[in-house]
Amino acid sequence: MSDAGGRSTRAYLSNDDARILAAAVDRLIPPSGPHPGAAALGTVDYIDGLLGAFLVDPPRVFAGGPFSGRHGGTASFAEFLPLRPTEELAWRIRIEGSQGRPEREFNGPVVGWQEQYRAGIAALGDDFDAVDPTEQDRRLAAVPEFRALLYGHANEGCYGAPEYGGNRDGRGWAAIGFPGDSQPRGYTDEEVSGRE
Amino acid sequence: MSDTDCDAVIVGSGPAGATAADVLTEAGWSVIVLEKGPNHLLDLEPPFALNGQLSNDEIKHARRHFLGPDPLVEPRTFRHSVDEGDRIHVGGVNNMPTGVGGAGFHADAKLPRFREVDFCVASELGPIEGGDLVDWPFGYDELEPYYATAERLIGVAGEAGANPFASWRADPYPMPPGADMYGAILTGTAATELGYHPYRAPTGVNSVEYDGRPACNNCGFCANYGCPIDAKGDPVAPLRRALRTGRCEIRPESYVSDIVLDASGKRTRGVRYLDATGDIVELSAGHVILACGAFETPRLLLRTGVGNSSDLVGRYLMYHFQTFVIGSFDHSLHAHRGRAVTHLHDDHMIPDAESLAFAKEHGLPYFRSGITEHGGGGSPVMEGVYLPPGAVHTQGMLESTMRDRLWAFTIQGEDLPQATNRVDLDPQVRDWHGFPAGRVTYSPHRHELVASSYYAPKLTEIMQRAGARFTFTATSPPLPGSRGMAIQPAPNSKHVIGTCRMGTDARTSVVDPWQRFHDVENLLCTDSSVFPTSTGYGPTLTIVALALRASRALAGLAPLRSVRP
Repeated sequence: MSDAGGRSTRAYLSNDDARILAAAVDRLIPPSGPHPGAAALGTVDYIDGLLGAFLVDPPRVFAGGPFSGRHGGTASFAEFLPLRPTEELAWRIRIEGSQGRPEREFNGPVVGWQEQYRAGIAALGDDFDAVDPTEQDRRLAAVPEFRALLYGHANEGCYGAPEYGGNRDGRGWAAIGFPGDSQPRGYTDEEVSGRE
Repeated sequence: MSDTDCDAVIVGSGPAGATAADVLTEAGWSVIVLEKGPNHLLDLEPPFALNGQLSNDEIKHARRHFLGPDPLVEPRTFRHSVDEGDRIHVGGVNNMPTGVGGAGFHADAKLPRFREVDFCVASELGPIEGGDLVDWPFGYDELEPYYATAERLIGVAGEAGANPFASWRADPYPMPPGADMYGAILTGTAATELGYHPYRAPTGVNSVEYDGRPACNNCGFCANYGCPIDAKGDPVAPLRRALRTGRCEIRPESYVSDIVLDASGKRTRGVRYLDATGDIVELSAGHVILACGAFETPRLLLRTGVGNSSDLVGRYLMYHFQTFVIGSFDHSLHAHRGRAVTHLHDDHMIPDAESLAFAKEHGLPYFRSGITEHGGGGSPVMEGVYLPPGAVHTQGMLESTMRDRLWAFTIQGEDLPQATNRVDLDPQVRDWHGFPAGRVTYSPHRHELVASSYYAPKLTEIMQRAGARFTFTATSPPLPGSRGMAIQPAPNSKHVIGTCRMGTDARTSVVDPWQRFHDVENLLCTDSSVFPTSTGYGPTLTIVALALRASRALAGLAPLRSVRP
């Protein structure tokens, strides 16, 4: 998570975790030209918000609505929605894992994202940010499931709504020419049908 | 008032259940709608406004299962055939929203009618070996006034006469079409030049203020998103009308566990359900109406052992066989603006001499495919995860060949009914309540594969003429042996059809032509489970038309009539 100045106020990940993850997400989504890359866009803060979703109430799972305030209307994305019981169960299983609790193990044990990140970060190694890119790629390729999980989250952290902690100041959208959410302004018929 | 809790319990609050609630409450019935999912749609107190939870948020809607079902707590399983063992996949299978409003608001709300021939393919065009084609027990002419009523109640924008293949209609659409997307203008023009007949898609999205709801403002978050400004009518409009009568109560997070039968076994007395805290509640009712969709309705029936003396519950599961032809252009098509799809053409469901010759070469008497949607979308996370990681990702996102410069044709191809394609209960996998997960066993018929292989090159030709720099083709379900098979073996189609076939004979069908179960006289099904065939059109308007017809009959209202011009 970031405060208004864009400084990190992480709640879940340690500084070492963040350092390793920043190097890893920048290898998956590297800076290039106008694209700042995943680390500069706040992807690690996004992941911190996700893995630590239940450290706050309501949990940081579903942003509010209907409008972000970026295109008029009252800003409400930052007011996260309370989870319904099924939603809380699903997201606790997904993030925390089943932890041997019977109510979470109706289909057997589930390894949660927190545990997958712990193991993945350990596999990448404490010196991951210091080794050369070829070695970084080799280490990422050695943990394909974690790499896929991290890549999905890195994309969400680059191109999802900024209220989730990534896409800092909308710079991910700006880099790729995507205006993001558009309500309540929307687009005129001419903007829909015209060439430009 | 009788001694029951209500006149009818409706299980499911999507288009099928909402329509039944609308009709029955208007006729003076009291109904309770049980919805297994949460309520992210509207306030349940007057004036029943949207509850403000829907938004232009890709993470919430497309990545985090906000509209449900979450496959971790409501898994489904899949296999192609019994030869693969119990299953090859656990997770999402054709997941459509679960929650108040059901699957109605999942889509960009293209709401075409079927055509006259769709109700009598078996007798008009003849059988196809291995496909159990049957005629519907009634025809288009009988359904026309219900289609017209459905279009009026939902609010469908469209252009009468624009589709030369459309069957007759007594009235114009209630609203003119909305704005044409730029990409659809390009592909529509190219299709016309090649002799096809594109037209503005009938869409359940307001093009003007209608029924107290505003015109769509083209926000671009349409397919897979609910509408944050109330411009989509289905199923908000019928739910709101039912609630306004004061005779409709919607109970979210209410998961039906049992259909309770009386001592004779031929009548239902109501249902038992688990409320949000897991407590069991029993509800008595004069009638029970199942509107859970063609996946959950047979799952509930098979779990409770109701309505299946024919052994046909869950069988004849159909989707639409989707053929995608993707084009990437040299310039922006800005498909993040508009209604996701604004044009259709029907040419590929009409057999002609050339397609008949191709069919015969491949051992089929004929084939029919489906509507072709001209559409695009603007979801950058989806684009990002599609690209491989590394420098190619960043470059790809900057060029945006797979989003901003992308346009797509999707054929919703007719899927033949096969008894071996079915929903049943997985022997091991459970949902969070401990109930067996629904399991799909499904393989396409050769008809779908041959039709797809015939029409894909024709769409490629249109896409190239429209200016695409490169094109590629994919299908869902993936073709046997293709790369996609390893990634996503189950069909993606959100058009889930069949599983409680409608007909007059209790030995060969599950419900009668008024959608009452042959086995249980006061139990009905108003969802797409009852369709005998899939046709090549999106099912929703026909679900609503059938639900209007069956619910009006149940309430003792006179059949609607219309006059062919």
